[in-house]
Amino acid sequence: MQPYIKHTSIAALMDRSNVDTDQIIPKNFMKKVERTGFGINLFHNWRYLADNITPNPEFELNKPAFQGAKILVTGENFGCGSSREHAPWAIADYGFNTIISTSFADIFHSNCFKNSILPIVVTAEQLAELMAEIASNEGVEFTIDLAEQKVTTPGGIVINFEVDAFRKESLLEGLDDIGWTLTHESKITEFEAANKKKLPWLWPSA
Amino acid sequence: MTKTMYEKIWDANLVHEPESGSPLLFVDRHLMHEVTSPQAFEGLRLQNRGVRNVHSILGTIDHCVPTKDRYNIVDAIAKKQVETMTSNCDENDINLFGMDSDQNGVIHIIVPEHGFVHPGMVVCCGDSHTATHGAFGALAFGIGTSEVEHIMATQTLQQKKAKTMLVKVEGQLPAYSTAKDIALAIIAKTGTAGGTGYVMEFAGSAITDLSMEGRMTLCNMAIEAGARAGLVAPDQSTYDYLEGREFAPKGEHWKQAVAHWESMKTDEGAVFDETIVLRAEDIAPQVSWGTSPEQVISVTGSVPAPTDFDNDVKAQACASALKYMDLKAGQKITDINVDIVFVGSCTNGRIEDFRATAEIIKGKKVATGVQAIAVPGSFPVKVQAEKEGLDKIFLEAGWEWRDPGCSMCLAMNGDELKDGQRSASTSNRNFEGRQGKGGRTHLVSPAMAGAASIAGHFVDIRDWK
Repeated sequence: MQPYIKHTSIAALMDRSNVDTDQIIPKNFMKKVERTGFGINLFHNWRYLADNITPNPEFELNKPAFQGAKILVTGENFGCGSSREHAPWAIADYGFNTIISTSFADIFHSNCFKNSILPIVVTAEQLAELMAEIASNEGVEFTIDLAEQKVTTPGGIVINFEVDAFRKESLLEGLDDIGWTLTHESKITEFEAANKKKLPWLWPSA
Repeated sequence: MTKTMYEKIWDANLVHEPESGSPLLFVDRHLMHEVTSPQAFEGLRLQNRGVRNVHSILGTIDHCVPTKDRYNIVDAIAKKQVETMTSNCDENDINLFGMDSDQNGVIHIIVPEHGFVHPGMVVCCGDSHTATHGAFGALAFGIGTSEVEHIMATQTLQQKKAKTMLVKVEGQLPAYSTAKDIALAIIAKTGTAGGTGYVMEFAGSAITDLSMEGRMTLCNMAIEAGARAGLVAPDQSTYDYLEGREFAPKGEHWKQAVAHWESMKTDEGAVFDETIVLRAEDIAPQVSWGTSPEQVISVTGSVPAPTDFDNDVKAQACASALKYMDLKAGQKITDINVDIVFVGSCTNGRIEDFRATAEIIKGKKVATGVQAIAVPGSFPVKVQAEKEGLDKIFLEAGWEWRDPGCSMCLAMNGDELKDGQRSASTSNRNFEGRQGKGGRTHLVSPAMAGAASIAGHFVDIRDWK
């Protein structure tokens, strides 16, 4: 996994709530067996006109000022619905590495951390301030410092956010999750041996 | 100290809780389908890692399968996905109920049919509707593909402990109200984020009165309330359902297993972080009117207006849903016409669901201009329904009787709504475009779907003649 590095980038505003994974990446684009190439279909049904090719000029992320954005600022309960990791794959492939909202759906939130995406939870007041700054200055760049757990903006907003310590470390160092877990493999083996005795019917008979 | 069922399962499956890092939770059963697994197998291959406990996995092919002419997968990319699933399972010796199996069907339908999930287990699948298996008192939840790979390699997950919510439904459901209506009524109350961070335990007489099929329908939709999982305590109904099935404990083990399962139930007096209560008598048949499963109302109601909500976000969501759904505030639910009716999915694709629809449509004809599709959740469901003569009832009423698959629940297999078409659907999500770009979905129970197919619009089945 790519380490997450402090950056100053364009923050795009998508003022919508309950954005579900069917909007993030519609199911007709989930048939691939690779992890890459989903960015072109991010928000497909909102992003393109009926011909499925022409960018929809009404869709906020198509605004010239938001091109190249790495930060997505959006409404509550982002990523609700299915467990598809195709959603964070599409988001990362498009170029976002940070999402700021008041809340995220559980599985989506967890999937972000597996893909070098930082989901930042802020209060409703903080979100309103960030949104207002973008709305009044489209193309504005925010600075995200994960090590310091801080968002800063040219307008003078400073937000200290919470993040789980282990997930923070994993993102900063680009840790391999499976590799980390396997450093505890002896514990897994012990557990399995005890489980075979306790619940033998769950295991193939020797 | 008293504990909830969730806390007992957590404690029993906690492998290790290092001082720094993440707790590791042991995964007893791992379910798999073609859409969310190929990248996980690829990840294992790239790292030269193997599958740790092959016996813990059960796979199927369900999302991309055509329900007519099932081997003719027109989309080359989907075809490759199906072939990849088959070869990945072959190479790793994984038990797959594939295209050629007479046991093939939707993952959350076939797993219970084989008794693969038991009370007290931790069960995962790269699919949010894994919550279904909470019906058996198993902690079952959806995961992403990276976690599918993690489980294959380590048999564990890095997990954070959830909070607990007791959802109590006491009393007796009105006639024709079902588990689906309970689920929708709960989501209408909590909202789609109300359960975020929680594991819900459903309890109360209206829940214990449900069949196992009904409990599966209810737990299936726990994710639609944002919950990580839903649980129902195991009881005699659970044991009667499991006994004798392929992967259920046998002989001496059966008694030991039942004793173990009994011990996993929530203790008397255990404290939940949150409790919500519904009265079963208040739950009339429900119909969703919007583009989120929380946008639901009784069939006796009318489409709400943005001004009916005191919360700005909900008011805005209402306005945008009315536009997408092409509905007007104040319109009676029973005045909404439908083009397509779909009975099936991991929510309502079980034998009891087809019986409920058949009872309503028997001897009647589908309304002019309406297309009605029945998609059994698995071949065993289909065979059972045909044994009972249900297929004839559907066909004589003008319905299509198809082969199993996820079908129009998420429309990956070519069964989909066209732009502007409106459905009455027994599935679980009414998101924009879920059943096809521009399609408009109304979530209902199988009986309500049956009535809509005959009338051409929603009807209160309590008045059905």
